[in-house]
Amino acid sequence: MDNLTLEDVNSKYLDVLKELGNIGAGNATTAIANMLGMKIDMNVPNIRLIEVSDLGQAIGAEEEVVIGIFLEVQQDVEGSMMFMLDIPSARYLVNKLMMTDVSPEVPFGEMELSALKEIGNIIAGSYLSAMSSLTNLVIVPSIPYIAVDMAASILSVPAIEFGRFGDNALLIQTEICADVAINGYFILMPEQDSYVKILSSLGISI
Amino acid sequence: MGNVIKVGMADLNICKSPDIITTLGLGSCIGLTFYDPVTKVGGMVHYMLPDSTKVRNNGNIAKFADTGIEQLLKKVIAAGASRQRLVAKMAGGAKMFEVNGLSDIGNIGARNAEAAREMLKKMHIRLIAEDTGLNYGRTVELHCETGEFYIKSIGKPVKII
Repeated sequence: MDNLTLEDVNSKYLDVLKELGNIGAGNATTAIANMLGMKIDMNVPNIRLIEVSDLGQAIGAEEEVVIGIFLEVQQDVEGSMMFMLDIPSARYLVNKLMMTDVSPEVPFGEMELSALKEIGNIIAGSYLSAMSSLTNLVIVPSIPYIAVDMAASILSVPAIEFGRFGDNALLIQTEICADVAINGYFILMPEQDSYVKILSSLGISI
Repeated sequence: MGNVIKVGMADLNICKSPDIITTLGLGSCIGLTFYDPVTKVGGMVHYMLPDSTKVRNNGNIAKFADTGIEQLLKKVIAAGASRQRLVAKMAGGAKMFEVNGLSDIGNIGARNAEAAREMLKKMHIRLIAEDTGLNYGRTVELHCETGEFYIKSIGKPVKII
């Protein structure tokens, strides 16, 4: 069965994908903690299968400005992934990394955007490497791309990606706590046959 | 001031003066409107993909340019618009991330816009204004009293086409 879509993913497979998401997010949290040199806790991620047409408002108001960091993935698993942060969380991470104390109302400058890209790169990279070592699949991410815009506009990208195959998208919400709560969202967008590869590499027959 | 009718992603609806029809945060999707300046009847479709025939799972007709625009046309005519007088405007089709090559994520916005131009040509409906492409999101509104099409983006002045 080469054309497995999220519609066909029954609850058993969904649990596996959730667990992968959980481990990936955990690894990403460790990466942030190491990068910032501080202790960070992670709450159990909230992983949801949602309708593509509802994705635009899945993480808040459609017009709320958020940060989106996008990477393409290649090799054994093909597709893309996106990591999203709200502005206060993004500002907090940039402040920590650059040792500044800028208010969340101030727009990001070039330097700060490139710091954010790097944060996204480390987070997404550690997420993917957790996945890679679990499945023994080679997953190679591209360079990160960044956008600061309305949530619905940024989410149109994964909505369209998932929309090509079906009506559902898999959204992984993680909350990590340092001295403030940081809200991050992962969206994995594997190509159709990559679901089969991921599941069968874990010994699950389809 | 009339009511504001909200169109979601992969959704369409009609609108009559003095109401306003809107869709929030268009990215690579397209918000396309029809409008009859005499009866002041209009409508909007917010579609995501250019071609329903390329997709196996194509149940939601508002998700695609071809089926969505066709359905919108039927609906505005049923609501009292004249096909001869109809004019179209559209916005969206942005490239949200500067992705180069590999997948078709980079050019889906441009393909979405092109699909509308082709559809409208086939239908003999004039596309009188558009604001598509570039790299930012857009909230759009069609004011049915005037036919004005408002485009709002982050950090940019409001545009009326």
